[in-house]
Amino acid sequence: MGIDHETLVGFAKSWGLFYLIAMAIGVLIYTFWPRNRKRFDRAKNSILDKDDKPWR
Amino acid sequence: MIAQLTRNERHNALIILGVVGLAGAALGLAGRNDLLGYHGLLIVLFSAMVALPVIRALDAPEPTLDREDEYYDDPIRVGVILTMIWAVFGMFVGVWVAALLAWPELTFTDQAWASFGRLRPAHTTGVIFGFGGNALIATSFHVLQRTSRARLAGQVTPWFVLIGYNLFCLLAVTGYFLGITQSKEYAEPEWYADLWLVIVWVTYFVLYLRTLARRKEPHIYVANWYFLAFIVVVAILHIVNGLAVPISWGSAKSYTIYSGVQDAMTQWWYGHNAVAFFLTAGFLGMLYYYLPKRAERPIFSYRLSIISFWGITFMYMWAGSHHLHYTALPHWVQTLGMTFSVMLLVPSWASAGNALLTLNGAWHKVRDDATLRFMMIAAVFYGITTFEGSFLAIRAVNSLSHYTDWTIGHVHAGALGWVAMITFGSIYTFVPSLWGRERMYSNTLVEVHFWCALIGTLIYVFAMWNSGIIQGLMWRTYNDSGTLTYSFLESLVAMHPYYIARTLGGLLFFIGAVVGTYNIYMTIRGTTAPRAAAGDVPVGRPLAPGE
Repeated sequence: MGIDHETLVGFAKSWGLFYLIAMAIGVLIYTFWPRNRKRFDRAKNSILDKDDKPWR
Repeated sequence: MIAQLTRNERHNALIILGVVGLAGAALGLAGRNDLLGYHGLLIVLFSAMVALPVIRALDAPEPTLDREDEYYDDPIRVGVILTMIWAVFGMFVGVWVAALLAWPELTFTDQAWASFGRLRPAHTTGVIFGFGGNALIATSFHVLQRTSRARLAGQVTPWFVLIGYNLFCLLAVTGYFLGITQSKEYAEPEWYADLWLVIVWVTYFVLYLRTLARRKEPHIYVANWYFLAFIVVVAILHIVNGLAVPISWGSAKSYTIYSGVQDAMTQWWYGHNAVAFFLTAGFLGMLYYYLPKRAERPIFSYRLSIISFWGITFMYMWAGSHHLHYTALPHWVQTLGMTFSVMLLVPSWASAGNALLTLNGAWHKVRDDATLRFMMIAAVFYGITTFEGSFLAIRAVNSLSHYTDWTIGHVHAGALGWVAMITFGSIYTFVPSLWGRERMYSNTLVEVHFWCALIGTLIYVFAMWNSGIIQGLMWRTYNDSGTLTYSFLESLVAMHPYYIARTLGGLLFFIGAVVGTYNIYMTIRGTTAPRAAAGDVPVGRPLAPGE
């Protein structure tokens, strides 16, 4: 079976659209999931620590 | 530095250098009747030069301290020095090519290496890969360790990545002077240099992942996501666009496996994503770490930084075809590239806004601290350039701007205003602590650098905006009889004052980089400049003669 232009465009316009939107929704869910809030707050503040040694 | 390695690791380093040197010798022998021979010799000499300090320290005592107690900063220190050396080289060549455009006689007659066509890629490679690449490797090692609270996962591999990468840059730049090129913009190096970069880059990727795996922080800080995207995507781009068949093992020349419009599309898919992931993602990694660090304020919104990260990675991949408007590329592919380029404005401005809002409440620091100001201006230029990029990608706008100096103005707004500014800001942030100094040698010199860089960028970008738009308009002005009003030569004459201004702007930026290099050098030497504000010190009784 040869893949012609129409097939590719058809695929891009259907599944291409869906998977990009699905990924975008996935990212938004991860970002705004309430339980992640604490994790993110910790992450953004912990880089400001003054200690400059690896943790053991 | 070598004393930090165990005897076993020193031996491993020597074995690696030996293998690389042998490969170079084989390449040189196979290509002895070709330009390739010079590069074979270069690889052998390079390996020998790197091996020399290792051999001399081979029997030095083993490291006594527990290395896991400290971050591995030696490769970062060398990386910073290499960054500044490449900056001075790349920007010097940049000023030279700018001057050549204004005064074409400023070359060595009959010297092929000094022609514009060879100097220009030496400039672009010198600044993008030499300066930018070394800065990315050095800062990524620094940020990775600090945000993971773990030492790099390897003692020899960080050196392999850094030094191997510089061998690639050296092969690239010397190749252009010799006349070796694949003729693909920003992917000029030939097949053997490309293969070498694949090895180096995969090592870099594995090192990054292994260090992340050792992290003590539960969450991977967002700056690492950007650095990782940079490493992964550059590997993909480089491998796919670099697929080529050499005409023989003994020849530097190769032919790409793509042809015609497919070649053009692959090249600009590569080219634009090089801008996206080499010149943007990694530098955003710097922005998300060093800007909050320097301002001593957490990033305004961590959630926004995640959304902009995924926005950038999803959308940039599709934008490359906007480089091929009005070409043989199918119209719908052009439209696709244009659409994604316009959408990209959203995550780009989210990052720029996030950075500026982080500074909200710390503007007094921005006023007083040139280092922070470097990063603030970088965020502003990031916003300007991404807006301009989305705008220029629109097909109708592109019909005016394409092939004109507007494109060069756009690139330099990004390269000087965003990439170089965030790099200098980051370097000034961590250089003092990296060498155990309290502060930079001279804050006045940081100010001098800042103003040289800012004024130079503004002159450069305004000159090219003017020149590009005039050029574009002259090329499309028709007279009553339906023919072009201006000849190409007339448009060239109209460019001349702008080319002189551009050279001046570039020269200022270059001077700033030289001042910065001197300042870093003096900081490393451990001296501090005498304070300028001596007027505040009480004046003692003047000494009488003979006292």
